[in-house]
Amino acid sequence: MRVLALILAAWLSVQSAWAIDTAPAFEDPAMQARYERLARELRCLVCRSETIADSNAPLAADLRRQLRELMQAGKSDEEIMKYMTDRYSDYVLYKPPLAPRTWLLWAAPVLFVLGGAAAAVVVILRKSRLPEDDPVDPGLGAS
Amino acid sequence: MKTAMWRYLVPVGVFAILIGFFVVGLNRDKETIPSPLIGKPAPQFDLSTVEDPSRRVGSQDFAGKMYVLNVWATWCSGCRQEHEALLEIASRGEVPLVGLNWKDDLDLAQRWLRELGNPYVASGFDVEGRVAIDWGVYGAPETFLIDSSGKVLFKHIAPITIEIWERDFVPLIRAAKGEGR
Repeated sequence: MRVLALILAAWLSVQSAWAIDTAPAFEDPAMQARYERLARELRCLVCRSETIADSNAPLAADLRRQLRELMQAGKSDEEIMKYMTDRYSDYVLYKPPLAPRTWLLWAAPVLFVLGGAAAAVVVILRKSRLPEDDPVDPGLGAS
Repeated sequence: MKTAMWRYLVPVGVFAILIGFFVVGLNRDKETIPSPLIGKPAPQFDLSTVEDPSRRVGSQDFAGKMYVLNVWATWCSGCRQEHEALLEIASRGEVPLVGLNWKDDLDLAQRWLRELGNPYVASGFDVEGRVAIDWGVYGAPETFLIDSSGKVLFKHIAPITIEIWERDFVPLIRAAKGEGR
């Protein structure tokens, strides 16, 4: 029984390590880590909300093969990303690039926070200027 | 009183801006990814043909010629759907149709062409999908128009119809041929 559990545990750990492909792409752990990181930055174009690391689509498998071959050919991250965007446009990048047309997209969270903060400051300042006991509002017990 | 009134309009204004974003966002075509190849030199290819694996088809066969590259596969239902239109387009003879058979089985592909008719001057057999990646193919059927200088003029994604052919391709073909004269 214990042996069975051990085999199962070993099998499960191997499964998660090989989640992307049937076998690790690179023997060198650093290269394998880089491969997995890059695969997570590239979009599967058939199943748009998945990266090529997550997808079982044939095109995702082909793109992982291209990625491995480009890495084996000693290409840099930038060269690999350019190879992909030359063919599939910026859409292939899972993280949108920082470019003039995406400034609004990237700035939106900051703009929302600043807008909210500005509104809060205005409200707080205005409330703090009101007299301590408000003559207009006699409160609940007054009437 | 007046200042109090416009304060109530602020949320309405914000809401209107949001509606504007939603209208644009929902009406956008999110299926078609614009090809970065438009206006750029078409990727080179050289493949054995589906019709006769001992023969080859490639960019060099169409040097100085305008052609259409159609990506197809027997597993692709949209390709079956557009096949009649491709046969019709081929019979008009405006421009040669070149097939790119994508990640397919050779026997099935040959049977497809035998049984349904062959609209292509030749079909390249891209079993590993390498040429398709060079062309930025992500979903068959896709149809490219390449001009005589080897530049990609247009790309249509999804099954082609005679209406789409006449609306999008024919004017480009006529314009390009007119310039060449």
